[in-house]
Amino acid sequence: MSYSKPIFKEKYGNFINGKFVDPINGEYFDNTSPIDNTLIAKYPRSKKEDVEKAVEAANNAKDAWGNTSVTERAAMLNEVAKIIEDNLEEFALVETCDNGKPIRETLNADIPLAADHWRYFAAVIRAEEGSATELDENTLSLNIKEPLGVIAQIIPWNFPLLMLSWKLPPALAAGNCVILKPAEQTPSSATLLMEKIANVFPPGVLNIIHGFGPEAGKPLASSKGVDKVAFTGETTTGQLIMQYASKNLNPVTMELGGKSPNIFFNSVMDQDDAFLDKAIEGAVLFAFNQGEVCTCPSRLLVQEDIYDAFMEKVIARTNAIIQDNPYDVNTMIGAQASNDQYEKILSYIKIGKEEGAKVLTGGNACKLEGDFANGYYIEPTILEGHNKMRIFQEEIFGPVLAVTKFKDEAEALEIANDTLYGLGAGVWTRDAHQLYQIPRAIKAGRVWVNCYHAYPAHAPFGGYKKSGFGRENHLMMMNHYRQNKNMLISYDKNKLGFF
Amino acid sequence: MYKRVEITEKASIILKQLKEKYGELIFHQSGGCCDGSAPMVFEKGDMYLDESDILLGQLDTINYYMNEDQFEYWKHTHLTVDVVEGRGSSFSLEIPLGVRFIIHSRLLTDEENTFFNQ
Repeated sequence: MSYSKPIFKEKYGNFINGKFVDPINGEYFDNTSPIDNTLIAKYPRSKKEDVEKAVEAANNAKDAWGNTSVTERAAMLNEVAKIIEDNLEEFALVETCDNGKPIRETLNADIPLAADHWRYFAAVIRAEEGSATELDENTLSLNIKEPLGVIAQIIPWNFPLLMLSWKLPPALAAGNCVILKPAEQTPSSATLLMEKIANVFPPGVLNIIHGFGPEAGKPLASSKGVDKVAFTGETTTGQLIMQYASKNLNPVTMELGGKSPNIFFNSVMDQDDAFLDKAIEGAVLFAFNQGEVCTCPSRLLVQEDIYDAFMEKVIARTNAIIQDNPYDVNTMIGAQASNDQYEKILSYIKIGKEEGAKVLTGGNACKLEGDFANGYYIEPTILEGHNKMRIFQEEIFGPVLAVTKFKDEAEALEIANDTLYGLGAGVWTRDAHQLYQIPRAIKAGRVWVNCYHAYPAHAPFGGYKKSGFGRENHLMMMNHYRQNKNMLISYDKNKLGFF
Repeated sequence: MYKRVEITEKASIILKQLKEKYGELIFHQSGGCCDGSAPMVFEKGDMYLDESDILLGQLDTINYYMNEDQFEYWKHTHLTVDVVEGRGSSFSLEIPLGVRFIIHSRLLTDEENTFFNQ
């Protein structure tokens, strides 16, 4: 079964104060599909003045919104989840068109998961409670969670609706108003969502601003009218946003990528069974979402005594990946999100080869035919080398796997932790001791054990080291969007006696 | 005289346009996901730099920096800043022009490596 490119309007607006509005200066930019490099639609090239309108709308709405009951807020979040689910196919198609990823991923992963994150935070605020402690017989310490006020969120283009759904629900559930800026490469699904949920939240609670980083992102991140900035992206922009936030003494949360090790111990090959089959797929997950995942398992570490046999299976499974029309439900890998990503990935493959890495499979651009000849496709690529090579140290953000071998647990850990980043890692073994001890010794916020690339709500996700801080997809994130009000109450009728 | 970082003619033209519009600039090499692993250009003074940022060289009088942690893994390579069509989502100043600076790398030659790293 195959879909085709969805129909779009000629142009779209920003969503401010409950309505779609044109950018103040009337400028738009062309958004194209990486699948075939054709125009999708025009989106606002917003500037500081547009950002200020959105910040003003959010500030006007924040007092009333912060005082809505959790019952009302949870009901609204659940309504959004239902709307996403009821329109799953439409969202999936728009997402595939805008980002380039295959339709089977958007139908089965991006969109259903997005809906679930809204539902999770709707449930969280109905179940959680503040705390009260009787410090002595007359003194009560009461902790009440209060919203921060207005939140700025800047999200990337690799999972447009899902990243939006990681960011918005906890902020809104906590009682904040939000201004969210989608990545300029992928403004479409956020816009479609606003069309569908325009009347769910009171005006000003949720605002979407489109535009370029230096023109719209920077004024948003540095606005005195916001109380917190949440960002997913890369290190230099992360540092800049922290700088801007420091001028306002605002808190920030950052998710800045990684270079995740995926470690396979020799016991995975003790039997030729379903688990080995799962492990091979686990190694090939580097190609999931064209490798455009912050936690892409882009460093494969295989124990030396199974290396040859294991890699033979990994290469065979990689070569079986279907790379074709992303609108076809059988296609497994689609287009890279943009031309600059495409060029960057090819440039990394080139330096990998120059550094002496051996190409085990792939290693080239993939030229599709017909309508897709102008799209940005790259062959799933496996490069064999060592951990000091740049392809082992830098986030390529493409379907490029760097593989090396290790002899024992100590060497596996040494290689795994020899990186600037610490977002994700995978550990695969049948050994019960390794199952616990190896993940504990890896410096990363998420270690998948005998699985990879699962992102369920209710499991906290965030980085160590240069991968950032903050824990998303979990109740923990709520406190990154809240103040704690402590009321210290005395029930003692008697004075202190000092004065 | 050897150089760690150079720029293509095409990229130099874009850089000149940006200089005319914004005045003094710097480059900083980003790491990490999405639009990372790419050179970013900012107005001088916008980004806080200190001794942990290594000065790799100058491109048309514009300083090119990289954080020392990242430099450890890059110091055996020579970088060429080029420009391609595309759309990053960082705060880098060329993005509104519909182009994106990218890096091409090669290994330093033996002579260059001796000059820089020994």
